[in-house]
Amino acid sequence: MLLTDDDRAMRDGRDGDAVAAAMDLLVRYGEGLGAERLCSVRNVAGTSTQPTPAKEKIAAEGGWNKAYAVINLDCDDEIEIPKMRVPTCQLQHGFSADALNITPYNPHLVELQADAEAFASDRGINILATCTPYQVGNLPVRGEHIAWMESSAVVYANSVIGAKSNCEGTASTGAAGLTGRIPYWGNHLDENRHGSHLIRADVPIDSFLDWGLFGYFAGHVVQEERPVLTGELGLPSQADLKHLGAALATTGGVEIFHLPGVTPEAPSVEAAFGPHEVPEPVAFTASDRRQMYELLNNQGDTEDVDFVLLGCPHASLDQLGEIAALLDGRTLHPGTELWIMTPRALRAVADRNGYTEVIHRAGGRLLTDSCPAMSRTAPKGTRVFATDSAKQAHYLPAILGIEAWFGTTADCVQAAITGTWKGELS
Amino acid sequence: MSVPSTEARAVARGTVLRGRGIVPGIVRAEALVSPETISGWGGIDPAQGTIIERRHALCGVCFTGKVLVFPGAKGSSGWSGFFQSTRLLGTAPAAMVFTTVTTKAVLGAVVTRVPTVSEFDRDPVQVIRTGDIVEVDGDAGTVTIVG
Repeated sequence: MLLTDDDRAMRDGRDGDAVAAAMDLLVRYGEGLGAERLCSVRNVAGTSTQPTPAKEKIAAEGGWNKAYAVINLDCDDEIEIPKMRVPTCQLQHGFSADALNITPYNPHLVELQADAEAFASDRGINILATCTPYQVGNLPVRGEHIAWMESSAVVYANSVIGAKSNCEGTASTGAAGLTGRIPYWGNHLDENRHGSHLIRADVPIDSFLDWGLFGYFAGHVVQEERPVLTGELGLPSQADLKHLGAALATTGGVEIFHLPGVTPEAPSVEAAFGPHEVPEPVAFTASDRRQMYELLNNQGDTEDVDFVLLGCPHASLDQLGEIAALLDGRTLHPGTELWIMTPRALRAVADRNGYTEVIHRAGGRLLTDSCPAMSRTAPKGTRVFATDSAKQAHYLPAILGIEAWFGTTADCVQAAITGTWKGELS
Repeated sequence: MSVPSTEARAVARGTVLRGRGIVPGIVRAEALVSPETISGWGGIDPAQGTIIERRHALCGVCFTGKVLVFPGAKGSSGWSGFFQSTRLLGTAPAAMVFTTVTTKAVLGAVVTRVPTVSEFDRDPVQVIRTGDIVEVDGDAGTVTIVG
């Protein structure tokens, strides 16, 4: 791989041992990919704070410097981690102090994470603590090379924002923060960003639920490739696009999609395919829509719902407003818990404008930082859960061994109020 | 799992698959062939070194000490971190051999620190069979079926 003079100087120790280790990892990774060179990034979204069994053991023996070295740089040396070279943020992680006494998550892990947060903050890492950094102050510009992980954030950044990121991992983002470099490969090259499949909705796609079902279908069809979505599409909201991308990255490994006339690299269907011929469309029909709905709902038998989860990916302010309106003046069923996940920064707004109070008065919980899947935690004794997120409905039954219902936000709030699942596909 | 035809078996022993080395190093071990892609986060248990995805053909099977042969990585960007944990917890595979290069699979192989080869002249998932003894040479970029 071709290295610049600056890359070589970093590798050879000019900026200290940690930067040298970071460059060494990037070179091993870039050569493994077959990248011709690295490119510069000034926006990194990664993770170093969530306790795992392996990390806890390393931190107990060698402190957080050691944990960052081993896990975020793949380096066994005793090194001091300096400040990040470029703006870097922490994505979602485990539950935080706001979840104590509400979730059965281990308080020891909350403490450990708080320690790790202090270490990361001292190194200039912004603790956004969300899978949606683009909602809370980390908004790249179109065409910018970035190094992000979290599949739903990567697909959003590439597709909706038009920034350029591969689906990075814990070590590559750990190294990118310290060097401002990442392998120039995959989605960083314009020729790899054009559409591969044309998918046409023959049913109206105009609700949060339908954008999720459409994404869940398209992910099955294209797998790792790049869908161009057309047909009877309404103008999606930011929350719809967030749900669509998360669903595409659940059934498939989609890292970029195009919505002609909406997303920045697709002014038209033809433009979305670049120099390639527009392929024959794959239709998304009423029967496909029903099949996706039933697939997401085939993990539920019992209509008694004891847990409702909203905010995957983390809820927007508009979603919090909608949920608060649905809950206003109502009281949750005594045997049913409702957790709503949102970024810390939006929680602060929700606290000030009254959404939090309405949610709490009804008996619901507004939580930050994490989700049941990340923290592997649901209310004690949960057997059946309901959600409006295709991604969470897909993953949580396997992670926690519980049944799942998938429906609209209103279906889910209704289930929280009555304790019974009544959702049906309209 | 698919059973290779007798014809495929007849040419298998001594077969050399030529690809590109992803992580250097040479190792000889028994192959475990996954007919489908593997998830890291939510797909493996690093403490046990097993595949745990419910609908996966290898659900419950342990890959520790095996040459893990698979089509590629799927799912969350936590893939590399989960395979790194197998190294830290002593449950890692002995080597990785995969069909499709992605950021998840390559970074995962790098931080698992096991000899790895990909980008072959033929699909390793079709040629290698579970139980074959294979030599993975990450320096030369070859995988040889030795027995």
